[in-house]
Amino acid sequence: MFRKYLLISALTLSLTACGGGEIKPETVKSEIAVSSESRDQIKIVGSSTVYPFATTVAENFGRSTSFKTPIVESTGSGGGLKLFCSGLGDNHPDITNASRRIKASEVKRCRENGIYDIVEVKVGYDGIVMANSRKSNLMNLSLKDVFLALAKDVPDGNGGLKPNNYKTWKEVNPDLIDNKIEVMGPPPTSGTRDAFVELAMEGGCKTFDWIKALKKTDKKAYKSLCHTIREDEHFIEAGENDNLIVQKLNANPNAFGIFGFSFLEQNADSVQGSTINSTPPTFDNIAEGAYPVSRSLYFYVKKDNVKTIPGINEYLAEFMSDRASGQDGYLAEKGLIPMNPDEHLKWKSSVLSLEPLVLN
Amino acid sequence: MPNYILNTSRQMAKRHGREKRFKWYGRIAIFISIAFLIFMFSAIVFRGASAFQQTKISLDINFSEAIIDPTSSRDPEILKRANYKPVVLESLSNVIPGITDRRDRNRVYKLLSAGAVFDLGEQVASNPKLLGKSKSVWLLASSEVDLFMKGKIDSNISEDLRRLKDKDIEWIEILKSQGKIKKTFNTTLFGKGDSREPEMAGILGAAIGSFFSLLVCFLIAFPLGILTAVYLEEFAKKNFLTDFIEVNINNLAAVPSIVFGLLGLSIFLNFFNLPRSTPLVGGIVLALMTLPTIIIASRSILRSIPQSIRDAALGLGASKTQTTFHHVVPLAMPGMLTGTILGMARALGETAPLLMIGMVAFIVDIPKGVTDVATSLPVQIFLWADSPEKGFVERTSAAIIVLLVFLILMNLCAVYLRKRLERRW
Repeated sequence: MFRKYLLISALTLSLTACGGGEIKPETVKSEIAVSSESRDQIKIVGSSTVYPFATTVAENFGRSTSFKTPIVESTGSGGGLKLFCSGLGDNHPDITNASRRIKASEVKRCRENGIYDIVEVKVGYDGIVMANSRKSNLMNLSLKDVFLALAKDVPDGNGGLKPNNYKTWKEVNPDLIDNKIEVMGPPPTSGTRDAFVELAMEGGCKTFDWIKALKKTDKKAYKSLCHTIREDEHFIEAGENDNLIVQKLNANPNAFGIFGFSFLEQNADSVQGSTINSTPPTFDNIAEGAYPVSRSLYFYVKKDNVKTIPGINEYLAEFMSDRASGQDGYLAEKGLIPMNPDEHLKWKSSVLSLEPLVLN
Repeated sequence: MPNYILNTSRQMAKRHGREKRFKWYGRIAIFISIAFLIFMFSAIVFRGASAFQQTKISLDINFSEAIIDPTSSRDPEILKRANYKPVVLESLSNVIPGITDRRDRNRVYKLLSAGAVFDLGEQVASNPKLLGKSKSVWLLASSEVDLFMKGKIDSNISEDLRRLKDKDIEWIEILKSQGKIKKTFNTTLFGKGDSREPEMAGILGAAIGSFFSLLVCFLIAFPLGILTAVYLEEFAKKNFLTDFIEVNINNLAAVPSIVFGLLGLSIFLNFFNLPRSTPLVGGIVLALMTLPTIIIASRSILRSIPQSIRDAALGLGASKTQTTFHHVVPLAMPGMLTGTILGMARALGETAPLLMIGMVAFIVDIPKGVTDVATSLPVQIFLWADSPEKGFVERTSAAIIVLLVFLILMNLCAVYLRKRLERRW
């Protein structure tokens, strides 16, 4: 009886050793690797909008230098900053991309985890477009039209609010076509949605004087009024995949889609971007800041890691070089709107001298 | 005829009718599912088939030493990273006449992939004897040219709506007339890692990442799953505790896979500090996910082994352990393997748990071990599907085809094992 138990336990042990043990040497090795020698590959996380640009630079950097190609994860701006600020050391990313500026609360979180010196890098600009199929007519929208068509609550004309019951574009603005309002946009987790709400919706919201006045008296009410998108069949959350939105626009010529300028540029043969406040979303208009719905793209670097992780300086140099983020650089071909030469030069010098971020 | 017989025959007709109708419902259901399947497959194959071909441009390159290696160092690193643009431009302007100004030179250079010069660098680095000689080389064309050659760019629409301009098309026609442009089998797709340029992107890195993840997954889940199943089925007493464990295993099988990813993030990455984005962690997470499937399948196989086999072995004096490991487990092994393969096939197609542990990332280098950073096949599909460049559309479908082929092979393997080795009692 006793021998039987012994046999079973020995067998179980040996088999688990087979299964679990197979993994152990690796585990031990990796722990040693983590503790004794430094990581030799840059780790980048963050915004899905900056992802195509960061990966392009990473690839060119990997090919043209002797350093390993950096790893770029697409986690969204907020998720990236959270990972970035969670600590110093090899297990945390060196760089995070963001389609908005870092917030004071995030800088504070970084400080709490020992990250004091952050270098801010401005990448360039990105426009958010409202586009429809080329089978339909080009639309001329104002920010006010956008707000009235998509907000959850709209002004009722007597200084009060009513739930948004506009069904067609003509009801919003008599100059527009008599088609059902159908807009496909990104979900609330997306940075594109944040920027759209902040720039387009709030921009249109502010055109009502009493709402503008509300900003000073009740900021919370102002924000909830201007930043809330309607939840009925007129606004459709189409997921993070902008390609899918473009395909749906081709299938439904009456619908509009909200996505980044780079997708408009790549699909210019099938979709067209509506003019907003009579400015068409073109490369030049966004670069000059004439197109109202455009935002700056950034990334943030841990200054402490520049010393420990090889290649960060060179990666920054590649990113800020004229052939990458300059006027005719390869990032412009990927849909990035570059900064003007003066601004580019200014950022280049501050980035390459690793000037730490100061939030004002 | 008595009344009741007439009634019965009417009832019989009703019953037969019902049966007939039911058969038709079944047939229609099968027809609809097959139609969906055919529609899905044909859509994927239709879109993806062209990705198995790739456009290349032939150029007579003069590997001038003065430009490539002016110091005559012959250092492979220098040869690799030398500036090959001038030699490429020179040979391009030999083929295409009338290219003088800077704008045209930049445009004509863009007919080639951005990776073409890196390919040249690698060729020269591996064979420095090329320096000072002239050789005709097939270079990768850019994605736009590739799409045009495959007939995916309509040259009739207005020029400013196309990324490929009339001039580019004119140049392509010149190359065509000289036989210097052709479509070949796409070796890049199967031999390279990820890239931001569609024409340079491949799935090898992702496929190897998937392989390593599944290897780790198998090494953990298979022994653990089999041992758990054998112990619970053959040795454990039926009591409250084993019932409790059984209920939990069944529940675990129904847990959404993203939850395992969250678990992996908080335990393996944050607590054990295992390296992020590696097949090691991916494999462990996938193992946790497949474990319940393997246990449940193995237990049902063990239960189907007739009691008489155990009784016979015990009757001849074998111990309980001998009975189990000499007779029951070998008989159940094909079934257990089938269950494992099906579980692994599911793991192969998972992205959600990998999202949380950082395997959804842009990784160019091909992983060499389980602790190297890697992605997996479904993740690669996800990343490509989200890319704005048009060239990725066909490559996404091609990657789906490859993934489907792997899944079908694994399922065939499971079917073969079941048919070939399974015994019937």
